[in-house]
Amino acid sequence: MDRDNVGRGERGAFGLVLAWIAVGAPLLWGVSQTVVKSLALMGR
Amino acid sequence: MTLAGLLDRERTIAPPGYNRWRVPPAALAIHLSIGQAYAFSVFSIPLSRTVGVTSSAPDDWTLSTIGWVFSIAIVFLGLSAAFFGSWLERVGPRKAMFASAVCFGGGFCVASVGIALHQFWLLLLGYGVIGGIGLGIGYISPVSTLLKWFPDRPGMATGLAIMGFGGGAMIASPLSVRLMEHFRTPTSTGVAATFGALGIIYMIYMMLGVWTVRVPGGDWSPPSRTRSATAGQVAAPKQHSVGVVAAVRTPQFWLLWVMLCVNVTAGIGVLGQASAMIQEMFPGRISVGAAAGFVGLLSLANMGGRFAWSSLSDYIGRRVTYALFFSLGAGLYAVIPSVGRLGSVPLFVLGYVIILSMYGGGFATIPAYLRDMFGTMQVGAIHGRLLTAWSTAGVLGPVLVNYIREYRIAGGVPKAEAYGVTMYVMAGLLVVGFVANLLVRPLPASVGEDLSTSGQG
Repeated sequence: MDRDNVGRGERGAFGLVLAWIAVGAPLLWGVSQTVVKSLALMGR
Repeated sequence: MTLAGLLDRERTIAPPGYNRWRVPPAALAIHLSIGQAYAFSVFSIPLSRTVGVTSSAPDDWTLSTIGWVFSIAIVFLGLSAAFFGSWLERVGPRKAMFASAVCFGGGFCVASVGIALHQFWLLLLGYGVIGGIGLGIGYISPVSTLLKWFPDRPGMATGLAIMGFGGGAMIASPLSVRLMEHFRTPTSTGVAATFGALGIIYMIYMMLGVWTVRVPGGDWSPPSRTRSATAGQVAAPKQHSVGVVAAVRTPQFWLLWVMLCVNVTAGIGVLGQASAMIQEMFPGRISVGAAAGFVGLLSLANMGGRFAWSSLSDYIGRRVTYALFFSLGAGLYAVIPSVGRLGSVPLFVLGYVIILSMYGGGFATIPAYLRDMFGTMQVGAIHGRLLTAWSTAGVLGPVLVNYIREYRIAGGVPKAEAYGVTMYVMAGLLVVGFVANLLVRPLPASVGEDLSTSGQG
């Protein structure tokens, strides 16, 4: 079992935050696009 | 070190002290990508004009022909999830997610060539078959891994990933529109180049998940086990580790299959008809634009419900959660025709928002229910087999809604009232689900092997 295959960076908070930004940013962009479009269409 | 070696399960075992909250982003990278499937309809019109560009030419594909591409993709999603589930458990999530990324991204590229050459079979092979296999493997890989990392909060963990599948369409839809605008020329709709670009974008993005996913070591345990997050569950997860072959032979598996099937049938049936339904139930009051906004709202409810209901199930138990889905859902379906007759648009919208949140919640909570019942040893493979219920519902839901509606209109019923019977049928289906949920009993000790202490990770 190879347990020593992870660098120090993978345990740090920086990598954790970066990983969440990488998935959170596109998701928030997509949701905001849907909300804006929905509101615009319903208010028309 | 070869590529195959880098993808091995042994290379993905996390070291002591590894932060498990790094795993959900890896799962989301996969699900946000494959969730694109729900946005396929954005290509329908451009694909029907690849020859004529500004309007459909006689040689262009028809909308009904193009519809087959999505249907085939969903069929292959179910088949590949069922077929490759055991393989996933054997090779680990990294290799499976890599295969998913190559199939999904590669499928887009093959489809792009098919569109450029106007060869429908290549489009079908690329997006429908190869892409569909990527969808199936990608759907189950991160779910299984998250269940192993979050034994104390399985509902929350799988809800997070499966929420990504719902959110993926919200990214894909505007992204695809912008790419098509970018690649459009006077002689091309830009859809072929858009498919190629999406193939590359998704493959790269999914690789983020591939290279960051980790599995827990055999002796790993969650940081705090003080809070009991499995209240109300019907089986003790630590006592059962049932293999896929043994699991599909149990009545519990088939009761859960029925529950997923009826929940998805009811939700998918109205999701596809939502725009037409609200316009026809409130004639003259709801414009086409407002109806499109309503559909967007339902997508948000579908996505939010995946995380909210699934997380809630960690506290109230899976059985109670599904009892709520089926009882509340049946009640709402039963009163919606009356709400339509009363002419209350806000109540109608609220009812559907709750229904669609439970539709999403049903998808997201089922892996945790499987884990409660069969343990985590082969939960990915078992989940894969269960997803055949989704494929079945994908056909059953729209057929039921469309057939009943057309039958009623042909019988002289006004369009505004044609949905009434459909809603009652859906309510009846949910009652079937409610009974199935009641019949779910803990597994007897004789099923499977007790491997709870052997460190299956």
